[in-house]
Amino acid sequence: MLDIRIPVGLLFVIFGVLLLVFGIATSSYSDMYAKSMQINVNLWSGIFMTIFGAFMLGWVKLAKKEE
Amino acid sequence: MEQTFDLQWIDYAIMLIYFVFVLGIGWVLKRFMKDANAFLEAGRSMPAWVAGLAFISTNLGALEVMGMTGSGAKYGMMTTHFYWIGAIPAMIFLAIFMMPFYYGSKARSVPEYLKLRFDEKTRGLNAILFAAMTILASGISMYALAILMEKVLGWDFNVSLILSAAIVLGYTYLGGLSSAIYNEVLQFFIIVIGLFPIVCLSLYEVGGWPGLKEGLAPIVASKGFAPDAFTTTWKYTGAATSNPMGVEWYGIFAGLGFVLSFGYWCTNFLIVQRAMAAESPVAARKTPLIGALPKMLIPFLIIVPGMVALVLMNNPTSGFSITDPITGQPNYDLTIIMLLKHYLPSGVLGLGLTALLASFMSGMAGNVSAFNTVWTYDIYQSYIRPATNDAEADSKHYLKVGRLATILGVVVSIAAAYLAGLFGNIMDFLQTIFSMINAPLFAVIALGMFWKRTTGHAAFVGLLAGFAIALLHHGLTAPMGASTLVKGGWISVVHVYPVEMAQNFWTAIFACFTSASITIGLSFVTKQKKTDEELAGLVYSLTPRVNMNEGKWTSRPSTLAWIVATIAIVLTILFW
Repeated sequence: MLDIRIPVGLLFVIFGVLLLVFGIATSSYSDMYAKSMQINVNLWSGIFMTIFGAFMLGWVKLAKKEE
Repeated sequence: MEQTFDLQWIDYAIMLIYFVFVLGIGWVLKRFMKDANAFLEAGRSMPAWVAGLAFISTNLGALEVMGMTGSGAKYGMMTTHFYWIGAIPAMIFLAIFMMPFYYGSKARSVPEYLKLRFDEKTRGLNAILFAAMTILASGISMYALAILMEKVLGWDFNVSLILSAAIVLGYTYLGGLSSAIYNEVLQFFIIVIGLFPIVCLSLYEVGGWPGLKEGLAPIVASKGFAPDAFTTTWKYTGAATSNPMGVEWYGIFAGLGFVLSFGYWCTNFLIVQRAMAAESPVAARKTPLIGALPKMLIPFLIIVPGMVALVLMNNPTSGFSITDPITGQPNYDLTIIMLLKHYLPSGVLGLGLTALLASFMSGMAGNVSAFNTVWTYDIYQSYIRPATNDAEADSKHYLKVGRLATILGVVVSIAAAYLAGLFGNIMDFLQTIFSMINAPLFAVIALGMFWKRTTGHAAFVGLLAGFAIALLHHGLTAPMGASTLVKGGWISVVHVYPVEMAQNFWTAIFACFTSASITIGLSFVTKQKKTDEELAGLVYSLTPRVNMNEGKWTSRPSTLAWIVATIAIVLTILFW
């Protein structure tokens, strides 16, 4: 059956990269980040989510190797 | 309307990608749905960690997220009683003591366990009440979210209701329980990661935990409590009037920590179904324990930001308010969504809203996938079309019925959501009534599992009596300042509780103990119709001990249980 780590990993890599790029593109918009006290939350969330997604996909690979 | 959000293309893109993924999971799983067993029980194939995360995700519905953030603003850190004392002990009990019988009995649902252990009438009573309660709960939570979306986002009520229901229907119809469970795992991660920026930003703004304590002190003092009453949990529970919840420590201990939580976690099929779908008896035992690990930490995700919201509300320069745009009154359900609005710029904002939608969907899919199983096996198969000799044809037939029941469940939920909008009070009342069936049910199931003398007649009467006492107690008492009869006192008010929560606790305590005493009493005078052979695997003393402690000690359920218990105790002491 489907390994749930694959869709979870894929979704978070997509979300992560999307937010990361959006964060970089908007990094000079201080109005937009006034809400978040000038912290570029998109960039940070993007980095974190990409790592999380990649970790999930890596875990699948590792589990396959062990079999 | 000044409260509407300013959403950009990226926020919509994130929501859209999420929808594609949830439906995609259903689509991929569709080809595995060959019989009723695969569709309604996920073929008992889930690894423990998948079942465990689904277990907690089902519980993390929209009402939980909205309600607990609101409670954080209303009661502060005491809200964690719903977690550390009000969930963890019950989850450990379910895992270690009850799962072996639920899973080992080969029952496909909690009502079916009642049939195997007691008799048909006990099963029928439970199945019908459960089916009705599930759909009602599903409808009420759909209403709650759709109305929020309309108020805050300006989305049309009908469109958001129908669209989210259609997506849930889509993936549960395609992939059944497996799809619901897989999506719950995905939703769990989305909820946690989507709400996490709020936790960081809100704590950053007030200066961390010490800053939050300092910020809350004058506000809490002005409410007439000790300055640290909102940042402690047990410290002021010596008297009901000195803490914001209005309950003494023994009320919390017995009401929340015992009857309410054991009633909910140990008997609610919605929850137990996830553990029943696990791949092995050991995995089934581990499921609630794996769920308990994140459960203990969820307070930091939703309660703590709610507490920050209270600080913001009292700071006129913050511009933060939870005033309902329609009624003009503070509406604590708005807390989470207003926090999203307050802190998140476009991008993560879309993610936060997706987290809210995900919590809504995981709750609703849980309801629907439990409803279709109970409907198919415990109502349809028992009373409408019993199984024939042809097992293969039967399985195909019940698969079809299960699928139709999924559609039925969603359609009736939508109807219930509209009813909740039209007759809010009546629906609240019905939900209060239904919530009363859990406490007596726990008494009956626990007696059945651990005392072989418990008889079917006694269980049936015990359930009804517990229910009757709960109704009577609710009808005779009222919370302070109750304006409608929905809150109780519809017979006559003989006792007034300081807050509604105290009334709920005591209703459950009375119901549970009445039910237990009547079941015990009647078991002595009625005849046990089940033979010892029939009860093997269902009752503790008649079940051969399976050694659950083989293998390395690190992979045993009991080790995990000790870890969970230790963390819960440490957290309790840290935030005493």
